[in-house]
Amino acid sequence: MRADLEIIQQWVKPGHHVLDLGCGDGTLLDYLKRERNATGFGLEINPDHITTCMNRGVSVIEQNLDTQGLDNFEDNSFDIVLMTQALQAVRRPDKVLDEMLRLGDEGIVTFPNFAHWRLRWGLALSGRMPESDALPYKWYNTPNIRLCTFKDFEALCREKGIRIKSRRVVDGQHQNNWLARFWPNLLGEIAIYRITREKT
Amino acid sequence: MPDSLPVDSVGVVTPQTYHFETPIELACGQTLERYDLVVETYGELNADRSNAVLICHALSGHHHAAGYHSMDDRKPGWWDTCIGPGKPVDTNRFFVVCLNNLGGCHGSTGPISTNPATGKPYGPDFPVVTVGDWVKSQALLADRLGIDCWAAVVGGSLGGMQALQWSLDYPDRLKHAVAIASSPRLTAQNIAFNEVARQAITSDREFHDGRYFDFDTLPRRGLMLARMVGHITYLSDASMGEKFGRELRDQAYKFGYDAEFQVESYLRYQGERFSEVFDANTYLLMTRALDYFDPAYEFGGDLSKAMAEASCEFLVLSFSTDWRFTPARSEEMVNAMIAARRKVSYAEIDAPWGHDAFLIPTPRYTDIFTAYMDRVAREVGA
Repeated sequence: MRADLEIIQQWVKPGHHVLDLGCGDGTLLDYLKRERNATGFGLEINPDHITTCMNRGVSVIEQNLDTQGLDNFEDNSFDIVLMTQALQAVRRPDKVLDEMLRLGDEGIVTFPNFAHWRLRWGLALSGRMPESDALPYKWYNTPNIRLCTFKDFEALCREKGIRIKSRRVVDGQHQNNWLARFWPNLLGEIAIYRITREKT
Repeated sequence: MPDSLPVDSVGVVTPQTYHFETPIELACGQTLERYDLVVETYGELNADRSNAVLICHALSGHHHAAGYHSMDDRKPGWWDTCIGPGKPVDTNRFFVVCLNNLGGCHGSTGPISTNPATGKPYGPDFPVVTVGDWVKSQALLADRLGIDCWAAVVGGSLGGMQALQWSLDYPDRLKHAVAIASSPRLTAQNIAFNEVARQAITSDREFHDGRYFDFDTLPRRGLMLARMVGHITYLSDASMGEKFGRELRDQAYKFGYDAEFQVESYLRYQGERFSEVFDANTYLLMTRALDYFDPAYEFGGDLSKAMAEASCEFLVLSFSTDWRFTPARSEEMVNAMIAARRKVSYAEIDAPWGHDAFLIPTPRYTDIFTAYMDRVAREVGA
């Protein structure tokens, strides 16, 4: 099983109502539905992914976070809001984070770490924009327009009064990597953050 | 019709008439003592009666949704593109039912039927029926056919409204509702267009307050105008532009008011043809049923409260250039379902054909419809 699914699954309680932003082909929601009896919706814009979701019985709404926002969802209408590998592809990640925690008690966010040693090394050595398994694009055609590092993300959370409840670091294949625990911003490729609003 | 039928056609079909002798009480307070519903079915009902799909027709539709009535038929049923072997509503897997709604003019009891009280056609005395009345009569038909629960109730436009109404009125009697190019209520603009159509009919000198049969005439001109106005709202600016542009029937302007542009002659032709085959009183009734449809009304205008009554799953589809029932209307429906925590999937399909797009098999539309119905079929073991 994909390590990220295994980790996320542990944070979703049975019967949770879940919103998945950028749900892809619905793998995660389908998994949560079967393993956790979770309900909820996925938002997606890729037509093939949408069709796949509909065929596998995942509730999917065609909605673009950048152009349509999330205004159609009510405050606190979900237990948990997920966004896996999409934070770096939206125009305003900061606003999406606010929206996630407006809609749900908790958010789970995963994204690739731009400070991973291989990317740093590649940039230092070649002077060209790095490419990797997690970021397999050219600078001019990448959908990943808001790349950041784990440190950047954590700084933004502090600024916004978002509390990080947990952080797990995995490699590009979503496998656990014990080394990355010691020096995540250098050795971790993908992080899975569990966030909530700071209690005031 | 060619010598052989297409392989993905349901073939030659024969409508059946079901007589109902138990009175049905209508929303307007009137009662129909007895009535007929004319029905077509395609495919086979399976042993556990779980694979039935109800197709609901739109404004000018009827029971003949797929196949041909004879080998001489020029055209198949109105939704033949989507119903048949291997098509989105796959008749190899589903038992498909389509009926002409009450108040229609294609065989079910309506204004052109004989009023048992007078021995003459009902005409304007036929009660105004609502979407809720249709659904009620469809449920009675389901009883007759031995169908406790539909695998899906499916419809486009006014048909989608019936699917929505089903989900609220008989939540235990359907697993899925599919509403395509539909709306949870008409806008003022929609009602305005309907009113123009009705005025066109009722102001025709041959209308005679709806008793045109008594005068052995038909309000052809009014019905033609009504259809012309309606037809414009079914197409998009772009699709009309592509089809006709500013093309003239002859080379030069004639400085008169006859049909000089191709689009004029097309609309006149469509209108005239329609006025020969459709009943004016039925047209009035169908447009009124559209106007009145508003499931949120009983819930203080809160559609999500209405949707809380439903328990089926929904597929909602809209088309990018549909300005009659815009994607925003479909999204209104979807948002109410989301707020009520119903299971719903939604897509807006890019298609240039305006409201009519729901009848035209564009690739993405067909893919989505097929994928969803395939899942419905798997679920009910079809």
